[in-house]
Amino acid sequence: MRITFEVNGTTQSADDVWPGESLLYVLRERLGLPGTKNACEQGECGSCSIYLDGTLVCACLVAAPQAHGREVRTVESFAGADGLDPVQQAFIDCGAVQCGFCTPGLILATDDLLARNPQPADAEIREALAGNLCRCTGYEKILDAVRLASARRVAGGDEPS
Amino acid sequence: MTAKSTAARGSTPTLPTHRPGADRGTTPAAGRIGDSVLRPDGVPKVTGDFAYSSDLWMDDMLWGATLRSPHPRARIRSVNIGPALALAGVTAVLTHEDVPGAKTYGLEIADQPVLAIDQVRYAGEAVAIVAADHPETARRAVALIEVDYEVLEPISDMRAAMTEASPLVHEEPTQDEYPGGGNILRKLRIQRGDVTAIADVTVTGEYEVGMQDQAFLGPESGLAVPTEDGGVDLFIATQWLHVDQRQVASALGLPPEKVRLSLAGVGGAFGAREDVSMQIHACLLALHTGRPVKMVYSREESFYGHVHRHPALMRFEHGATYDGKLVFIKADIVLDGGAYASSSPAVVSNAASFAVGPYECDNVQLDGYVLYTNNPPCGAMRGFGAVQVCFGHESQMDKLAIALGIDPVELRIRNAMREGSLMPTGQVIEGAAPVEQILRLVRDAPLPPDADLNDVDVRLMPGGVANTTHGEGVKRGIGYAVGFKNVGFSEGFDDYSTARVRLQLVGGEVSATVHTAAAEVGQGLVTVMAQIARSELGVDQVINHPADTTVGSAGSTSASRQTYCTGGAVKLACEAVREKVLAMAARKLGVPVDGAALDRGDVVDAEGRPLAALAAVLGDDVIEETREFHHRPTVPLTRVAGANGAIGQGDAHLQFAFAAHRVVADVDVDLGLVRLVEVTTAQDVGKALNPLSVVGQIQGGTTQGIGLALMEEIQLRDGLIRNPSFTDYLIPTILDTPPMQVHVLELGDPLAPYGLRGVGEPPTISSTPAVVSALRAASGRPLTRVPVQPEHITGT
Repeated sequence: MRITFEVNGTTQSADDVWPGESLLYVLRERLGLPGTKNACEQGECGSCSIYLDGTLVCACLVAAPQAHGREVRTVESFAGADGLDPVQQAFIDCGAVQCGFCTPGLILATDDLLARNPQPADAEIREALAGNLCRCTGYEKILDAVRLASARRVAGGDEPS
Repeated sequence: MTAKSTAARGSTPTLPTHRPGADRGTTPAAGRIGDSVLRPDGVPKVTGDFAYSSDLWMDDMLWGATLRSPHPRARIRSVNIGPALALAGVTAVLTHEDVPGAKTYGLEIADQPVLAIDQVRYAGEAVAIVAADHPETARRAVALIEVDYEVLEPISDMRAAMTEASPLVHEEPTQDEYPGGGNILRKLRIQRGDVTAIADVTVTGEYEVGMQDQAFLGPESGLAVPTEDGGVDLFIATQWLHVDQRQVASALGLPPEKVRLSLAGVGGAFGAREDVSMQIHACLLALHTGRPVKMVYSREESFYGHVHRHPALMRFEHGATYDGKLVFIKADIVLDGGAYASSSPAVVSNAASFAVGPYECDNVQLDGYVLYTNNPPCGAMRGFGAVQVCFGHESQMDKLAIALGIDPVELRIRNAMREGSLMPTGQVIEGAAPVEQILRLVRDAPLPPDADLNDVDVRLMPGGVANTTHGEGVKRGIGYAVGFKNVGFSEGFDDYSTARVRLQLVGGEVSATVHTAAAEVGQGLVTVMAQIARSELGVDQVINHPADTTVGSAGSTSASRQTYCTGGAVKLACEAVREKVLAMAARKLGVPVDGAALDRGDVVDAEGRPLAALAAVLGDDVIEETREFHHRPTVPLTRVAGANGAIGQGDAHLQFAFAAHRVVADVDVDLGLVRLVEVTTAQDVGKALNPLSVVGQIQGGTTQGIGLALMEEIQLRDGLIRNPSFTDYLIPTILDTPPMQVHVLELGDPLAPYGLRGVGEPPTISSTPAVVSALRAASGRPLTRVPVQPEHITGT
């Protein structure tokens, strides 16, 4: 089947999609957007987090045909011509990236949190990121990164997206 | 319905569209040794551009899939691949008959079939492989392969496997290096002194450790591309390119030079990528089909596709004087190696070596056994044998402290190893052994405030937002532990690394290129290598060449050894380049060489005054040097009793690394739920080449130890894994992980490059017993098994 949807502001189509394919598979293997990661493919780890019509979801749990006609936003959209998003930069600056496999999902989850709650308390950060597994960092530097991104976004007057 | 893949991606590339290493590029951030330099791969990792092994893609590529045994022990009567081959879209179905070279492989002992031959020895063993045009087609083809099994009773109980009556997992001896007899793969004894010495107080204890999984996030994956010379290029996530190359080439029946490996992006490792997983299979399929083949394990398959941490049954007996000096220690350690050897012989050697802990004791008898069973194979995981015994010896020290009425930290300090102390193996501890210092640091660190029961935030209570308590039944416990292990490979292994460093002008700027085969798995070696080159060569611009097998082996990214060994090799290569540059400066420009150095792009004199610009010295010349770093030799442990009956003796280890933990836990003793309030770590790293990365390693390693203490276990029943998913195999989330204080000591090892000490493993070793100690303090329960279950805490 053919699936057409908007990805990062551009309308894209994938042909001959087997209806059992996940949105994650279509993004990674058919549309050349492997930044959304495939760590568990069962909705437990958050590595494949994306926005679907503005809602944070696990792309592995979305059947590809469900995305037809809708808007998808992935990690590949975060860096612009003027550089990295403050969330991305904060993850680098704080040492919150080691192997990096969880990072794209955490960038999305952090962006989603800060859009709802620009200055979250630590307990709120922990609740918001509890669906994103990281095996390398022990999460301390991820907390640092979220705090820094929050401060920079507030200081920079960055409007929640 | 047959799946058809019609790729929608661009033109045919000759290389994967996400060429490994292509985006790892230069490291613009200036920074030398001791600076908290940011990762050179940080930007591609946050933008999604970093090419992990599962991201690779080529036009015309096929997907591989693996048929695995559902039985832990069975004979194979027949395999019928016909129905699978008949499925539209299937290009190849291969069995052991299609393996052209060696039919078995292994890190130390080649006892594991590439594909099962006439029997299977664990549930999950690979039986056949398929290549098809879509992953779903490949999975369906796997399901169509007909295997006629004669199912046998599995040998899945460690104690039973040790008995003479037990059937054998391997009917033929797999090796003669470690004659153990029966299902014993290796046994060893370390004995020194007289364990019949009289002690005032004796405590015994039996302890058990469950099977932990490394649970890296990036699944086993890679892309094999057949080449015109009849060889294969493999883009792969691994810990050691050259040991993979050796095993792949052997199975393919090809000379190593026809099997070229490049490191793809690695999504964590922690020991689970030391052994081959899909490497040989993907290459077999690629050579058979003449097309690129990609294999990516699912999470479930990943639990079957790599080795795990050895489960352990341990018995300890500690004797001490009334004033708390250890008189003797006896230990029996039994490890379940599972169906194949992997690195088990080295793991059990470590377990015995470190069974006493970082304490002085003159009378020791330590017996280690590792067994073949029909359980999943076990091998390397962060901490490598030291983790299991640390849970044992630290539990014993707590028990002894109670028996003696001595504070548990004070008891440890009275027996603490120090510089000049003897290991149970008779090896003298050289360099700093700050056991007392790190214990005092964690003990004296400020404690977190008590929970405010008048204004309860349920998010900070055991049970969290499940709202199971507002403080009723919650008790706070504090626990301590200290541990240590070896850095680098031991027992006589020639553990070396190779580095090639090139210096030249690139766009008018002096640029150093560092080329090694060392696997960056997330730990930050790429950052450290560039820092070393900047420090040694006085340049800002350093390029990390992608890791591959066109340069000599770097050894394994394991045993906390890469900064020591590959860092040491980069240092040697840089020194060789520097020597040539200075000679060139003397020859070309008459610059005096005596006392000269390189700094900030100049040749400088002993006082740091510029003598000549490095760019002017180099001109169009290119200087390239390759060096190997071999750490000082170690020796195998003795296997024959020497003077006074001592055995298992010798300078088997290169370097020792120490860490201590304090854990503060709130425990709901009615429900058995736990919330860690805080963890404090103190560790000596010799010299922190990159302090930001060092702290990151300590926090991450500590968290894996927390996982083993509280939740992580591959649950087995009759050889079958009951929980092969992240739904059922739990690893700590951000809610499970407490704030962590980290105290980093830099005491300098005069025998190591830059004085550094390996960092990655020590925090994983002592955090587990420290957590359990805190739970014991809160609950009063003995808690002799990890992971601790709620019913162990409640006693129900």
